[in-house]
Amino acid sequence: MYQYTEDDKRIVRERVHQFRDQVARRINGRLAEEHFRPLRLMNGLYLQRYAYMLRVAIPYGLLSSTQLRKLAYIARRYDRGYGHFTTRQNIQYNWPRLREVPDVLSDLADVEMHSIQTSGNCIRNISSDHFAGATADEIEDPRPWCEILRQWSTFHPEFAYLPRKFKIAVSGATTDRAAVPLHDIGLKLVRNDAGEVGFQVFVGGGMGRTPLIAPVIREFLPKEDVLTYCEAILRVYNLYGNRKNKFKARIKILVKSLGVEEMTRRVEGEWEKIRGTGLKLTQEEIDRVSGHFTPPAWDDSAATRDNAVQLAAENEAFGRWYRRNTHAHKVDGYRIVTISLKAADTPPGDATDEQMDLIADLADEFSFGRIRVTHEQNLVLAHVEGGRLFALWQQLDAAKLATPNVGTLTDMICCPGLDFCDLANAGSIGVAQAITEHFDDIDYLYDLGELKLKMSGCINACGHHHAGHIGILGINKAGEEYYQIMLGGSAADDASLGKWLGPAIEKSAVTGAIEKLLDTYVAERDEGERFLDTYRRIGPKPFKAAVYA
Amino acid sequence: MRVIRDRNIVSDPVTHLADDDAIPTEGAISVTLARFREELASLSTRSAKTGIRLDGDDNVREAADLIKAADFVAMEFPRYADGRCYSQARILRDQMGYTGELRAVGDVLRDQVFYLRRCGFDTLEIREDQRIEDALAALNDFTVTYQPAADVDQPLFRRS
Ligand code: SF4
Repeated sequence: MYQYTEDDKRIVRERVHQFRDQVARRINGRLAEEHFRPLRLMNGLYLQRYAYMLRVAIPYGLLSSTQLRKLAYIARRYDRGYGHFTTRQNIQYNWPRLREVPDVLSDLADVEMHSIQTSGNCIRNISSDHFAGATADEIEDPRPWCEILRQWSTFHPEFAYLPRKFKIAVSGATTDRAAVPLHDIGLKLVRNDAGEVGFQVFVGGGMGRTPLIAPVIREFLPKEDVLTYCEAILRVYNLYGNRKNKFKARIKILVKSLGVEEMTRRVEGEWEKIRGTGLKLTQEEIDRVSGHFTPPAWDDSAATRDNAVQLAAENEAFGRWYRRNTHAHKVDGYRIVTISLKAADTPPGDATDEQMDLIADLADEFSFGRIRVTHEQNLVLAHVEGGRLFALWQQLDAAKLATPNVGTLTDMICCPGLDFCDLANAGSIGVAQAITEHFDDIDYLYDLGELKLKMSGCINACGHHHAGHIGILGINKAGEEYYQIMLGGSAADDASLGKWLGPAIEKSAVTGAIEKLLDTYVAERDEGERFLDTYRRIGPKPFKAAVYA
Repeated sequence: MRVIRDRNIVSDPVTHLADDDAIPTEGAISVTLARFREELASLSTRSAKTGIRLDGDDNVREAADLIKAADFVAMEFPRYADGRCYSQARILRDQMGYTGELRAVGDVLRDQVFYLRRCGFDTLEIREDQRIEDALAALNDFTVTYQPAADVDQPLFRRS
């Protein structure tokens, strides 16, 4: 993975220094909260319902074991012993004390981490495919491009005060695991007819209040032009994006109001003017950054020791985990392991300091010391020998990290909601737990197959409810928590946005409603059909009838 | 009025006139793009420094001829969060080759100066309630930058 140069280190150090000074001025009263607010937001520090919340960037979701241990240490030393992995592949701490935040940032800088641009109206953490570099369907590893974009976007002087936040995703595989068309800019590595690799460029997707799937504005962009092209897109957005109404300020609204053609025309026009500037990438720079992402030293003989299939047949519990939580690797004899952070009794995406320490150790022992964070709020060990899976599973299982539910109903995405978030209408974590407790029959979950349940505590959609096969949104009706259900969303290759099923229901009715949806699916499905496919085939009517009967 | 010019604090007062203010014979002024266009003939007879003032709604490229006739360009930040003039400034410097004075006025705070300078503002009118010395110090918050901008025309990866 990428190792900081002296320059990279210095930038992060200077940031810590700057923020330490700002916090000192805030504490001694020289800086009013009103003026401190935009500064702390630039460092991912929010004032939440009960306390400050610090969001730490995990660039494209990739961590070394050293970094994960540091995150565990921070949870223990400065927080209440846990952290929350988010749908942006970041980690959030819910209880840091203001005067200690500069120390947290300094500790992070020691391991080449930071909280730069994790909030505010700027270019946020670049997200990517959590299986990058490990699957057979990959055209090229997306992570060097993420790192190139990370450096370009860090303290970009022109784009620090955009109309709204700005999110970029990069994917390098034919299967989209990064929800590319649901980002402000989505970059997909593709091969053109001449066999060259470049980017397909999507602009103007997103969730939030007005969910939209991004259109493609360029089918093929040569790789060396990626920074100039992104700069052109951002410039058009910075100049013409809506600044009067924050609910209409995302680039998706600009694309919608201008139309794809006009947007494309403006971007291309701007790009023509800058494509030949020094910002055009050099092969040397591409090679330098790519050199940090060389494949690990896979063992050619791993396949000869791979006894996972056999053990999975002999041991039921291991077999379940093997089938659900591991995924094919491009090298024979290896598997990709997903560590479920969706155990029955913990909020989705939470991990304790002990669990993080353990996972760091396991990464060292089993997967070349690297860990990835998924936007579905799980962790991944990407390169595990098949012959060592059983040993890994035993250790994970003992730490409640082997719930065999990846991709099932209870592997749900859920935002922090009322438990922490200031904007929340609903206690989404509580609902998530009620659902997990109710649907605890693992065979039933398997029978239901792939099911994406995504839940947000308010319209801001941090839980990506629009992209759930089943989406749940908490709303406030005359001071009461109510929930709206939507069906038919997807963030995968068949990206689509869900549609509302009907009127909102009471909190106590949510679990029952889901049960009715599932019963309807089971009754109506064709052989091998997923919930989403059944819904797409038969439409909302039978589901609606069941829930609102 | 004290302003930051390059890396120094200097006295350089300018009166930023509203469209219905009378044009004084003496003293440096700026007027809006519309007024500058309208009153170009009479403004060009002034001997004192006379600038053209743009804001985010204006299109800097379309103002090219007027900018040539002005003694300096001011760009107005109604709120610090309105970042449109950062792009205007870069177009003016990088693409239009403007080398004269470019002045940031309005809601200009300590924490914007580093970015403003990088985008090509050489003159910064810091909002009155702010300590201009603090703002000057903030120009040194960072000593390394990744991107090419108005201050360095090459990205870090092409410098060495
Ligand atoms: S969706 Fe709403 S409630 Fe949930 S974290 Fe986002 S802002 Fe908070």
